[in-house]
Amino acid sequence: MQTKRTVFHSRILPYFLLAPQLIITLIFFVWPAAQAIRQSFLRQDPFGLKETFVWFANYTRLLDDPDYLNALGATFVFSVGVTLLSMSLSLMFAVAVNRVLRSGRFYTTLLVWPYAVAPAAAGLLWWFMFNPSVGIIPYFLSFLGYEWNHRLHTGDAMVLIIIAAAWKQISYNFLFFVAGLQSVPQSLSEAAAIDGAGPFKRFWTVIFPLLSPTTFFLAVINITYAMFDTFGIVDATTSGGPSQSTNILVYKVYADGFIGLNLGPSAAQSVILMLIVIALTVVQFRWIERKVQY
Amino acid sequence: MFKKLSMAALAVALSATSSLAATEVTWWHAMGGELGKKLEEVAQKFNESQSDYKVVPVFKGTYPETLTAAIAAFRAGQQPAIVQVFEVGTGTMMAAKGAVYPVYKLMADNKEPWDPKGFLAPVVGYYSDAQGNILSMPFNSSTPIMYYNKDVFQKAGLDPEVAPKTWAELAAAGKKIVDSGAAQCGFTLSYAATWVGLENYSAIQNLPFGTLQNGFGGLKTEFKFNGKEQAAFWDNLKKWQDAKVFKYGGPGGGAETAPSFYSQQCAVYMGSSASRAGVINNAKGFKVGFAPMPYDDTVTKEPKNSIIGGATLWVLNGQKNPDVYKGAAKFFTYLSKPEVQADWHQYTGYLPITNAAYELGQKQGYYEKNPGSDIAIKQIMRGTPSDNSKGLRFGNLTQIRDLVDQQFEAVLSGKKTGQQALDDAAKAGNAILREFEAANSN
Repeated sequence: MQTKRTVFHSRILPYFLLAPQLIITLIFFVWPAAQAIRQSFLRQDPFGLKETFVWFANYTRLLDDPDYLNALGATFVFSVGVTLLSMSLSLMFAVAVNRVLRSGRFYTTLLVWPYAVAPAAAGLLWWFMFNPSVGIIPYFLSFLGYEWNHRLHTGDAMVLIIIAAAWKQISYNFLFFVAGLQSVPQSLSEAAAIDGAGPFKRFWTVIFPLLSPTTFFLAVINITYAMFDTFGIVDATTSGGPSQSTNILVYKVYADGFIGLNLGPSAAQSVILMLIVIALTVVQFRWIERKVQY
Repeated sequence: MFKKLSMAALAVALSATSSLAATEVTWWHAMGGELGKKLEEVAQKFNESQSDYKVVPVFKGTYPETLTAAIAAFRAGQQPAIVQVFEVGTGTMMAAKGAVYPVYKLMADNKEPWDPKGFLAPVVGYYSDAQGNILSMPFNSSTPIMYYNKDVFQKAGLDPEVAPKTWAELAAAGKKIVDSGAAQCGFTLSYAATWVGLENYSAIQNLPFGTLQNGFGGLKTEFKFNGKEQAAFWDNLKKWQDAKVFKYGGPGGGAETAPSFYSQQCAVYMGSSASRAGVINNAKGFKVGFAPMPYDDTVTKEPKNSIIGGATLWVLNGQKNPDVYKGAAKFFTYLSKPEVQADWHQYTGYLPITNAAYELGQKQGYYEKNPGSDIAIKQIMRGTPSDNSKGLRFGNLTQIRDLVDQQFEAVLSGKKTGQQALDDAAKAGNAILREFEAANSN
């Protein structure tokens, strides 16, 4: 690692310079996290008038709860679905844009727009398009003989939230893929072409492996996004239904804590989520950053 | 000299502003749209009627959102004086003894007139403690009734003046409507799995919803709604759905139920009596009939009273200025006035809360001029309420309702039978009740 080293002569100055960032981290991250950990060991009435320390009861109950295990499964299907769909689509777009020279910027601008849409608004948008009574997509699907109803069919509901969540993430992935593609040296691709490799082969054997740091980075980011940042989409489209099929972990934290007012179990769930984030971050920094290098 | 004078002027100015400024009484509520406008009008008229207090209504979103916001505010010491809490939150509020200032006590402490007998019995019964003290101020109570499209009935060859009385008659009428092509669906239910399709179904058929008088007897209550009658009813709803006689309009209140009635897709809609104004405004191009909820003649020959929904006003402890409570008490006295009540009731379709308001409406000839407007009142007042039809009192009922919705969806998608789904719902619901009991007793 080559980083610039600055030597401070005063002992206080570096802390002073770090203070704004540290204060923000303490107030907005460390303090709430500490609160959540404390809450997860308590049983409390909604108004906070009485509390009992219950050790790990909130955690053990979670692991016995079929709904929680169901939420784990739903989260797995959902995050894998979102990651695969949004990454493959955005890679396709990135490759396409990378080939056009003049209008590339124009397409890039258009493709970045969805990123600016708030999750709840995106959810509502897709909710409208897929609305079983008035939506345009069920209307077309009915011609194909498919009766779309995400309110009754669990599969439809999962597909709906995957599409809505993946759509929002395409822009982000796209930007990284475009940048990644541009850093792949043109000469390698040309050399492969001289050796007689067609465009398809060139992509899979030369360009795609060279893109792998970007791909791994995005995979982690997308899984994190699907697991934690999709609350608004689920809330606006399916609210976790039908029969719990789209009740992903982050939504369940909300439903149990804010609708159900069951703060202890809800806090225990958020602590587990926090551990998952920490694990993902460790994977990203320790493993991916070191191993995937060309 | 000048300094002294200016100090005196300042003192006068200060005292003047403090005597001029009315004490603000914040009121968090969950009434959007037309109802919200009417509510603000009520507050405004109170403010104009006197100058010491100013009630400030603040819209906080849906019922569950309002309750959650109030609880969060209470924990942070920023609670409003008055909060509107829906009937399913009653169990939660009643258990929070330190947080709530019971309304009977508020009125007595502030020497405001208070006559519990003046209120409609089925309404106050829901909000009284075991000793019969009213804990929250009844404000907007409703009960589900049946709305039907008379034109569609006519087209299908049914008598538009005779509404189906039983579920079997309704299903037969629905089949006739769908078969004749008069409409795409027979009927749709708001709160299909909860307030209308399970809670009121149980009450009207006199079936227990939970032990200990549906939870009125204490926190040890357990759910009993998984009886074979309710299970058979859910199986019927699934059967009717497959035959297009019944259409499910989503969980909770069913976002799509009322629109599919307005668009004449469905011939019958069952929902809150407070939807009356909305139904009349939206039913463009067809005549609406009003009728009581159907009953199940395979279970009972004598339908009981239906149970109420809607909300009451709870006063929260911990206001720094005691005058705020005086203002709240004065406001409640104003709200109980027959004119104010009758106006609110007649405009919104909510039940009149006091006998005097109901009598005033009769004297004004309101019910004769507006046929169907007293169906809800007659429905909650019929017969003697039993332990099964007095109401419900369960902690965390909001979350339990979500759970019941999800089990109902499992029935509709054919994954479970009515009995399996209700058994699972009761089991999961009981776990939540035990959690609530543990959190609220020690």
